[in-house]
Amino acid sequence: MLDISNLHVSIDNKPILRGIDLTVKAGEVHAVMGPNGSGKSTLALVLAGRDNYAVTAGEVRYLGHDLLTLSPEERAREGVFLAFQYPVEIPGVANIYLLKAALNAQRLHRGEAELDAVDFLALVRDKLKFMGMDEALLYRPVNQGFSGGEKKRNEILQMAVMEPRLAILDETDSGLDIDALKVVADGIENMRSPQRALILVTHYQRLLNYIVPDRVHVLSQGRIALSGGPELALELEHRGYGWVDAGKDSRTGVMP
Amino acid sequence: MNMAVSNLYLNEFSRVKTALPGQRLPWLTNMREEALASFRTTGFPTLRDEDWKYTSVARIEQGHFSLRAATTQPVTARQIETLVLPDMQLLVFVDGHHIPTLSRIDALPAGVTVASIADLLEREPETLQSLLTRQSRGYSSGFAALNVACMADGAYIHLAEGAVLETSIHLLFVACTDNLASHCRNQLIAGANSRACIVEHHAMLGAASYFTNVVTSIAAGSSARIEHHKLQQESPKAFHIAAVNADLNEGSHFLSSSFALGGALSRTDINVTLSGEGAECSLDGLYMGDGRQHMDHHTCIDHSKPRGTSRELYKGVLAGASRAVFNGKVIVHPDAQHSDAFQTNHNLLLSEQAEVDTKPQLEIWADDVKCSHGATVGQLDDNQVFYLRSRGVDDSAARALLTHAFAAEMVDRVGLASLRSRLDRLLRERLPQSSEVLS
Ligand SMILES: Nc1ncnc2c1ncn2[C@@H]1O[C@H](COP(=O)(O)OP(=O)(O)OP(=O)(O)O)[C@@H](O)[C@H]1O
Ligand SMILES: [Mg+2]
Repeated sequence: MLDISNLHVSIDNKPILRGIDLTVKAGEVHAVMGPNGSGKSTLALVLAGRDNYAVTAGEVRYLGHDLLTLSPEERAREGVFLAFQYPVEIPGVANIYLLKAALNAQRLHRGEAELDAVDFLALVRDKLKFMGMDEALLYRPVNQGFSGGEKKRNEILQMAVMEPRLAILDETDSGLDIDALKVVADGIENMRSPQRALILVTHYQRLLNYIVPDRVHVLSQGRIALSGGPELALELEHRGYGWVDAGKDSRTGVMP
Repeated sequence: MNMAVSNLYLNEFSRVKTALPGQRLPWLTNMREEALASFRTTGFPTLRDEDWKYTSVARIEQGHFSLRAATTQPVTARQIETLVLPDMQLLVFVDGHHIPTLSRIDALPAGVTVASIADLLEREPETLQSLLTRQSRGYSSGFAALNVACMADGAYIHLAEGAVLETSIHLLFVACTDNLASHCRNQLIAGANSRACIVEHHAMLGAASYFTNVVTSIAAGSSARIEHHKLQQESPKAFHIAAVNADLNEGSHFLSSSFALGGALSRTDINVTLSGEGAECSLDGLYMGDGRQHMDHHTCIDHSKPRGTSRELYKGVLAGASRAVFNGKVIVHPDAQHSDAFQTNHNLLLSEQAEVDTKPQLEIWADDVKCSHGATVGQLDDNQVFYLRSRGVDDSAARALLTHAFAAEMVDRVGLASLRSRLDRLLRERLPQSSEVLS
């Protein structure tokens, strides 16, 4: 589904990603871990189409197409979804309008009829309930004044409504209380399907207790320094990242 | 000023003066002649005038706008149907002249008088004499003088002490004739404890090129609660010069809004004097320019007595090569202790060519006061645009949506439902792509 090869990305001429290779197949869940500043969010944002990053080399193929030539909105309609590490507040635009616009843009793109207000509301209510969210949040401006946890849930709600093919969740588990983590994890796990690929950017093993990934990658200084199975996340939990870069481990350099 | 130009305006005055309303009243004739003499010496403002340094009125000065003592333009009720605001009393002016057949004033509560200035000058001129005389001194600009000299009509609203006007009044000024100048004067006199809400609406039929020069005077008696909403939707080829002068007595409350959407060039001066203790005013404004539109707002809030409160929030959205000016002056006099003044102006520039000059001007002469101001000029937030696009919303729709949200705050603040829904519609028409998302 997703094929990233030799991806180099800079911002203001400063290289951030320095040769990423990553392949994610439909049905797989990949975890991306790594120290602060290693480039995880940059990778996520580049995949979603953020244009202030310059791709200086490499290629990204998504469902066989060149992803990087698509606009962010085209990517979204083609089924790429990014749950932001820092969801943006949009004062003056009620949550429900964005959800509806998002879904209908995608449906139109696929040649499907737009959902009318009634069908749409029924669909959203369903997902809201699953996410344990109050219906009042629908009528509040997008993310404005939402608590950290509400913002993260709202991202998952959007994902649930849009039903993407490829979802990249950037630290959706950060800042959640224990119960909320469970709800969000259930929301994510519920999205797991043979047709869908998930990339979970996370710092913590606890999310991976709920959603056991197929692969775990460690990003360090703009490269995937290490890849392994779910046990790698556990090991990182115990040992930290110090040893990854230093090349003290025999697995360093293992290709993803 | 340029003699040839001034002659044009002077000749027009001479041509129609005997047909202007109240021409048999010596006091009025004198007033007009004096105002004209003042205009002759001061002329139109120039960029050298501090208050006009960003707004050139050369195109008004050089225009050939003629005066008419009455309107000859037949306008039907159907033509103005879409302009009329529902659930309100209606006073219609076509090219600056009151048209009774288009107006609709239902039974008014006791103590409320609504009339046209022209009519009143014929029937009961003494009602206006002292009022107009008082206002005809120390003209703030050539426009003010010209308004007094050429004044042909306008709305007169009088509220006796305690009178409450439950239904708001829609003053609809429709311009439809090319190369006409109209000089209207509106008077709202609100007695103690009275309440009223008026909408001064300038609109057009047929995109003519004309010149509107309107002055609205408001006197709020003690503890009166007055709302004045101004909606400027002039033709894209029109010139609009307006002043709203409000005098607030003790404990009165004045709510003003100004929405500038149309016109080639528009300038609105809102001058509020808190001349009684504990008066309160709130000034809202929204200007939205596009193409080569020029929109200027000058507000002046004069705290001259203690314990006054003023709130001001103006927003601007400038697209194309449009240009806006916002000048917000707040004066707190030495004995206006415990004044509380707060002013904000936010501007959104949607293109490289759009420009705004925003200037707060605080003159604080009292020491025990709370005053603050803030102004911003910015663009749409890239993070917000990207967030929306990442959810599948088009770039242009995302921008329209964010622009809408920015402007809608001012619309949402309008308490008067029929005006609010009109403004909402206008905003959606202006940003059709946001409307699609928000439906
Ligand atoms: N807009 C930007 N301007 C300048 N530098 C940037 C920008 N965005 C990212 N960077 C830099 O790129 C590097 C990678 O940032 P990124 O946000 O991708 O890290 P991360 O791995 O997601 O970190 P964290 O775990 O803290 O979220 C950092 O050094 C960051 O400062
Ligand atoms: Mg990050």
